Amino acid sequence: MALDYSQKVMDHFINPRNVGEIPDADGIGEAGNPKCGDIMKIYLKVNPDTNIIEDVKFKTFGCASAIASSSMATELIKGRTIEDAWNLTNSAVAEALDGLPPIKMHCSVLAEEAIHTALNDYRQKHGMKTIPMEHHEE
Amino acid sequence: MFVYMDHTATTPTSPEVLKAMMPYFSENFGNPSSVYSFSRKSRAAIEKARGQVAAALNADPSEIFFTGSGTEADNWALKGTLEKAKIAGKNHLITTQIEHHAILHTAEYLKKVEGVEVTYLPVDAEGFVSVEDVKNAITDKTALVSIMFANNEVGTIEPVAEIGALCREKKIPFHTDAVQAAAHLDIDVKAMNIDMLSMSAHKMYGPKGVGALYLRKGLRPENFVHGGAQEKGRRASTENIAGIVGFGEAMEIFKSRLEEDKKINSARRDKLIAGLLQKIPHAKLNGPELSKGDKRLPNNINFSFIGVEGETLLLDLDAKGISASTGSACSSESLDPSHVLLALGLKHEMAHGSLRFTLGRLTTDEQIDYVLEVLPEIVARRREMSPLWEEYLKSR
Repeated sequence: MALDYSQKVMDHFINPRNVGEIPDADGIGEAGNPKCGDIMKIYLKVNPDTNIIEDVKFKTFGCASAIASSSMATELIKGRTIEDAWNLTNSAVAEALDGLPPIKMHCSVLAEEAIHTALNDYRQKHGMKTIPMEHHEE
Repeated sequence: MFVYMDHTATTPTSPEVLKAMMPYFSENFGNPSSVYSFSRKSRAAIEKARGQVAAALNADPSEIFFTGSGTEADNWALKGTLEKAKIAGKNHLITTQIEHHAILHTAEYLKKVEGVEVTYLPVDAEGFVSVEDVKNAITDKTALVSIMFANNEVGTIEPVAEIGALCREKKIPFHTDAVQAAAHLDIDVKAMNIDMLSMSAHKMYGPKGVGALYLRKGLRPENFVHGGAQEKGRRASTENIAGIVGFGEAMEIFKSRLEEDKKINSARRDKLIAGLLQKIPHAKLNGPELSKGDKRLPNNINFSFIGVEGETLLLDLDAKGISASTGSACSSESLDPSHVLLALGLKHEMAHGSLRFTLGRLTTDEQIDYVLEVLPEIVARRREMSPLWEEYLKSR
């Protein structure tokens, strides 16, 4: 099936931002599974004094919209506090990409979930209470 | 460079074919069913095409019925045969897990609406159906065996002649979906004991919107399209004259260059397969092994690259001017990857990472070299950003 991706999706797919790993990451989160064809892994470097996300990297196995969603989501949380980052919704990611085809919306959900998992990983490691994750229906 | 490597999806209508079709739009537009002499030209054109298609299959012209597509031919063969068999108390259909949706979804429909029992035969890791399995699946209720001639995704050529002989011996009608095979292989319906065969013009440089069903003399499945008395009362609808003329022309041209095309295509196919196996680490060839070239459609190449998703590869290739195809779920409506690759035993992540190139008349040697130059870099770059690839390397 031919998918009509927005120019922004194509841009973030062809030239994804923040690709890679952070070896001494403060928080790591993974979402998705190979069965669905998407896996997203997010690495966070957080300043413990300010709780600001100073660096973020990702690795993603998946289609163009999964890669673009990861790329956009990392851009959107970089430089933000962990509280702000938690409030990033999947629809905000999709909107920032000028929309995703309806059958690809789950890719943006995956980005939100990977970020939440990484943030909870950080919170746990730093003695903060983890926040219950909201599970979206795909 | 524009590289079209999706000839299994469709082919361009060849200029000779188009030229043969042109007089049947505005000039000789007469309805073949009309009595006046002006319509004779239309009738004659259809009968010429019927002869061309029949000759290519070693069939009698009276055994060829034109349809609107290969899918319609499949629907007719299955529904028409099972509906007819109901009267005789037979309600069992044998087919395979790797059929095209034109067969699978028709079988599902028959199961749901007509209460037909369907046996979906498994295939081995290379996509081959076992003749023994067909034999064991036959019961006294079996009304039809429908097994594709060659698979559209992985190119596996099934043992059609053996299955045909078995079905003839057991007196069970045998249908084969030859939509891909008829565009690449020499088919003799008599020698292969085929009772029904579906094909489509646009896979062999003919126009879209026209197909045919070969029906062996004496077989009379229920009609599928009801209405007028066209096609000897077997398939209603005013004939798509230009399309039918194009189909006949395309079939005759295909047959005249079959051996030469087969040689060129399979040489390029094997070069591309060998090159990709050599240049891309952990590349998996799907379908028959490289050494079994005569059991794979001469133009089919299907790979899985662990760690990379198929749609990603398609878009990266598209950016380089290359049109290919994938069995990945991400290019379909559902989240499930190709039923064919899963039936071959591929894990989901491998099925998601499949990529198909299908060669044809638009292919050149330079294009093969170009794909061999471009694809390894694309796979390497996407693997670099894949957590699955990282995991795969660690697990080894």
